[in-house]
Amino acid sequence: MAAPVNRKNVDKKAKYDRQLRLWGDHGQALLENAKICLINASATGTEILKNLILPGIGSFTIIDGNKVKGEDVGNNFFLTQDSIGKSRAQVATELLLELNNDVTGNAVEESPEQILENNPEYLKSFTIVIVTSLVERTLLDLSSILYAADIPLLVCRSYGMIGYMRLVVKEHTVIESQPDNAHEDLRLDKPLAGLVEYAHSLDLEAMTKQEHMHTPYLVLLYKFLEKWKEMHNGQVPKNYKEKTSFKDLLRSGIRKNEHGVPEDEENFDEAIMAVNTALNPSKIPSEVQGIIDDPACTNLSSESSSFWIMAQALKQFIANEGNGMLPLRGAIPDMTADSKRYIQLQNIYKEQARTDCIAVTSRVQQILTSLGKASDTIQDNEIKLFCKNSAFLRVIRCRSLTQEYSPDSAATQEISMNFENPDSEIYWYIMLRAADKFYSQYSYFPGTYDDQVDSDSVKLKSCVCSILQELTLGALPKEDYIQELCRYGACELHSVASFMGGVAAQEVIKIVTNQFVPFNNTYLYNAMTTTSATFQL
Amino acid sequence: MSNDEPMVVDDGGDAEKQNWPGRWNHVKKLLERTGPFAHSDFEASPEILGFLLSMCKVLVIGAGGLGCEILKDLALSGFRQIEVIDMDTIDLSNLNRQFLFRLKDIGQPKATVAAEFINKRIPGCEVKPHFNKIQDFDESFYRQFHIVVCGLDSIIARRWINGMLLSLLRYEDGVLDQASLIPMIDGGTEGFKGNARVILPGMTPCIECTLDLYPPQVNFPMCTIAHTPRLPAHCIEYVKVLLWPQEKPFDGVAIDGDDPDHIQWIFEKSQQRADEYNIQGVTYRLTQGVVKRIIPAVASTNAVIAAQCVTEVFKVASSCCNPLNNYMVFNDTDGLYTYTFEAEKKEDCLACSQIPQTIQVSTDDTLQTVYDYLCENPQMQMKSPNITTTMDGKNKTLYMPTIESIKKRTKENLAKKLTDLGLTEGQEIVVSDQTSPTSLIFVIKFKVNS
Repeated sequence: MAAPVNRKNVDKKAKYDRQLRLWGDHGQALLENAKICLINASATGTEILKNLILPGIGSFTIIDGNKVKGEDVGNNFFLTQDSIGKSRAQVATELLLELNNDVTGNAVEESPEQILENNPEYLKSFTIVIVTSLVERTLLDLSSILYAADIPLLVCRSYGMIGYMRLVVKEHTVIESQPDNAHEDLRLDKPLAGLVEYAHSLDLEAMTKQEHMHTPYLVLLYKFLEKWKEMHNGQVPKNYKEKTSFKDLLRSGIRKNEHGVPEDEENFDEAIMAVNTALNPSKIPSEVQGIIDDPACTNLSSESSSFWIMAQALKQFIANEGNGMLPLRGAIPDMTADSKRYIQLQNIYKEQARTDCIAVTSRVQQILTSLGKASDTIQDNEIKLFCKNSAFLRVIRCRSLTQEYSPDSAATQEISMNFENPDSEIYWYIMLRAADKFYSQYSYFPGTYDDQVDSDSVKLKSCVCSILQELTLGALPKEDYIQELCRYGACELHSVASFMGGVAAQEVIKIVTNQFVPFNNTYLYNAMTTTSATFQL
Repeated sequence: MSNDEPMVVDDGGDAEKQNWPGRWNHVKKLLERTGPFAHSDFEASPEILGFLLSMCKVLVIGAGGLGCEILKDLALSGFRQIEVIDMDTIDLSNLNRQFLFRLKDIGQPKATVAAEFINKRIPGCEVKPHFNKIQDFDESFYRQFHIVVCGLDSIIARRWINGMLLSLLRYEDGVLDQASLIPMIDGGTEGFKGNARVILPGMTPCIECTLDLYPPQVNFPMCTIAHTPRLPAHCIEYVKVLLWPQEKPFDGVAIDGDDPDHIQWIFEKSQQRADEYNIQGVTYRLTQGVVKRIIPAVASTNAVIAAQCVTEVFKVASSCCNPLNNYMVFNDTDGLYTYTFEAEKKEDCLACSQIPQTIQVSTDDTLQTVYDYLCENPQMQMKSPNITTTMDGKNKTLYMPTIESIKKRTKENLAKKLTDLGLTEGQEIVVSDQTSPTSLIFVIKFKVNS
C-alpha cells in the first residue's frame, strides 16, 4: 500500500534525490531518526555537522561551554564577528539550523566535563557522539561511559596540516556493504539445475544466424565447458594456459560466413572475456566465513541481534541445502541476448535465489522459535536483503580507547610495524599523543606562543620519548616531526578541518544507515603530502 | 590557546576590511613560521598573509557542489579577491549539498547567490560572480588571475579551460616564462569517489595528457534499444531516443529533464515497453536518472575534494608546504582510501606538447574517416570538430558541422576520399572544437600500403 503522496514528501524526495540514489529510502529513514551529539563547536565540529544536516539527519545537539573568540570566527563558517563573547554552542546551532528546515537542533552551554560530572546519562540518549578538541583526560572518561553503554563515538581533530579520526564502536554489523567491484554470482563451476536444463534445450547448430548471435554468453560458457570437461576428465580450465585454450575452443564456435570469415558475434566476445573470472570456483569469502564462525553466531541467545540470528541460519543453510555455498544472489549481468531468452535465464537465477531464500527463512523461523522469540521479530524482506547480500556481510569491532591507551594492551606491534616506513602517518599519531601529553603537563599546546616555540620543542621531545618508552617503541626517525608540530601551535586550518568534516560525516552516515563499511579504527590524514592511512590501534 | 592581541599584519593597510583581533591566528602559524616540511622557496613572513588578503586573485569555476565548498574554504583561508563563474541556476535537488543556497533561491543564478552569501558571512571577502559560460571570456579575462580552481561537472569544460591556460603561456627562446604560468587546481566527484589534481600548465601533465583517465561515456547499442531490450534502462532509453521524437508529446518540444510532466510521460511509456518484454524494475527515479544521466552526489565527498583543492591553492599561493604532485584519488565506500601519484605528461599531447600532431591515413580513407577518428579516438574525444585547410593559399572549409548552412554545403565532403579533396602528404588541416579554445593543427601522413 503506497504512502499518501503529499507535497512535503515529494519535496523531500526531490531535495534528497542525489543521495537517495546511494543509500535508498530505507537508509534515509534511519538518518532522519538519528540524534547526533557534537561536543565542541570547533571548525572541525561544525563542518562535520554541516555534512550531516544537509543530508537530513533527524536532530543534533551541540555541547560546548566556550564563548566565541576572535580566532574562532576566523576559521569557522558558522560563527560571526558579532557573536564574539556569546555562547559558541548557541551561535553555531543557530547558523547550522539555517542549512535545512527538516532538521532540529539545540545547544547545551556546558562543558563536557560538567556533563560527565552531573549528568552522564544524558549522553546515552544519542545515536552517536562526535567529539573534537577534547583534552585527553575527559576523552578517556567519556569514552569508557559510551563504550559501556554501546553508544558509538567518533573522535575527530584537525591539528595544523594533520587530521585525525578515531572510531569507537563495540560491534557494527553491515548487510549492505555495497562493494565497488563485486564478482558476479554465476556458479558455473556448480551449474544450477535450471541452467543445465535450459542449456540442454538449446541446440546451437540448429539456430538461425540471429538466434546464434543472441544466445546469452552464460549459456555459451556452460555448453563449451561441458565440451571441455568431456575432453579433460571432468575438470574445468584452471590455469592461464588452460583458460587460453578454452578461449580458443569458444572462438571455434563463432560462425563463419560464406568466405570463411568469422561473423561479428558479440555474445561470443563476451563469453571469451568472461573466462578469466567466471570460471573461478565459487566460494565463501573469508569475511563471511569469519562471520559464520564467530562466537556471536554460534552461541546465540535471546539477546542476539537479527544479524547474528540470520548468520546462524546462513551457516545452517550452507551446511545443508546450500551444499557448501551461499544462497544464490539471483542477479545476472546484462549480456548480448534477445529479450526473451535473457529474461528466461534471469528468471532461472531469480527462481533459485528465491528457493534458497525460502530455505534460509525457514531456518530463521526455527531459530527464533528455539530462542523463544516471536516469528515476526525478523521480517521476510530483511531476510531477503540478507540473502541477496550474503557474500558482502561485514562486521566491524573497534577496540576501546582504554585498550588503546593502556600500555599493556596498546597496539605496539601494529605501530612498530609501521615505524619501518619513516614517512608513515603513524608518526603523526605519536606526535598527537605527545602533544596531548604536553598539554596535560603544561596546560597549553606546544608552539602556541611565538616566543616559546623553541623551548616548547625541547619539552615536546621529552614528551615524545616518554610515549615511545611507554609503548616500548623505537626512536623517531627524524626531529622534523617535532619541529613541524611546534610550528603548528595546535592551529586549526579551515581547509584541513573541512576535509576532516567530510570524511567524519560520511563515517557517521555509515554507522547510522548501516550501509557501506566504516573504517577500523584510526585514520590519519597528512595535508602536506596529501596522503592518509588507517591503523587498527 | 589565546593570542588575542591586536594583530600586526600587513593586510595592504585597508582598515575597512574588518580584521578583528585574532582573526587570522590559525593561518598565521603556517605563514609566519617555517618548518622542515615547508617548500624550499618558503620564507616565513607577515607579508604572505597580506598578499593573500589583498593581492592574490583566484578564479573559481563552478558554484555548485564543489564550488560552494571551494568558496567557503578560500574565504576562510585568507583569500579575498575571488571571482566565480557558473552558468547554472539553483534547483531543489542541489540543496542537499550546495549549502550557500536556500529554498527561496531556487531559480536564481548560482554564482550570484553564492557570492552574496560568502561576502556577507566573511567580512572583507569580495567574491565577484559571473552568471556565464567559461567560453564567454577570452585571454584578457583569464590572464588576470594568479590561480584557477575548478569544480566542474563536465570534461568538455575542463578541457576548454585547460586549453585556455595553455594558450596563455609565453616562451622566450624556447624557455617558459614562469610569469605566464597560471596553476590550475581541478577537483571532481561522483558519489563516494573523488579526485583532486594540481596542474602547472606547460610543466606538469595537463587535462589532455591524461584524457584516458576519463573513459568515454558508454551508451547502449541502438540495436539493443530498438530490438532486444533486457534492462529497465533500455526501455527508458528507447522512449527517450525513439518514441519521443516519433510521438512528439507536449507540442513537439525537446525533452526537458527537469519537467516532471516530461519525466512522467517517459516513465509511463517505459513501463509499457517493459511490460511487453516482461522486464521489471522501471521506476520514476530510474527514469529520471537515465534521462538526465544523473550522477549521485552527497555533501561529504564534495567537502573532502574541495578542501583538498583549496589546501593546494593555499600551498601554491604561499609556498608554506609542497603542493600535491600531482594527482589524488579518494574513495570512502569501504573504509577510507586515498591514493596519490604523479601522472605523466604525454610527450605528444594534443594540447600541451609543442609537437605537431599527425594523422595517419591510407589513400582510400575519406574525410569521414578523419572525422570519426577525431571524435572516437580516446586521445581526441572531440564533439563536433570543424575541419578546414589551406589550398593554393586560400582557406578551404572541408566540413563545418557547427554552422547549419555550411554544414549542409560541406556534408558531401565526408564521403569523398581525402585525395579527391586535394589533400596531399604533409598537408596541414586545422581543427576547431568546443573542447578547446584554440584551433589545433594536424599534419596528414599517408600510410604506405603493404
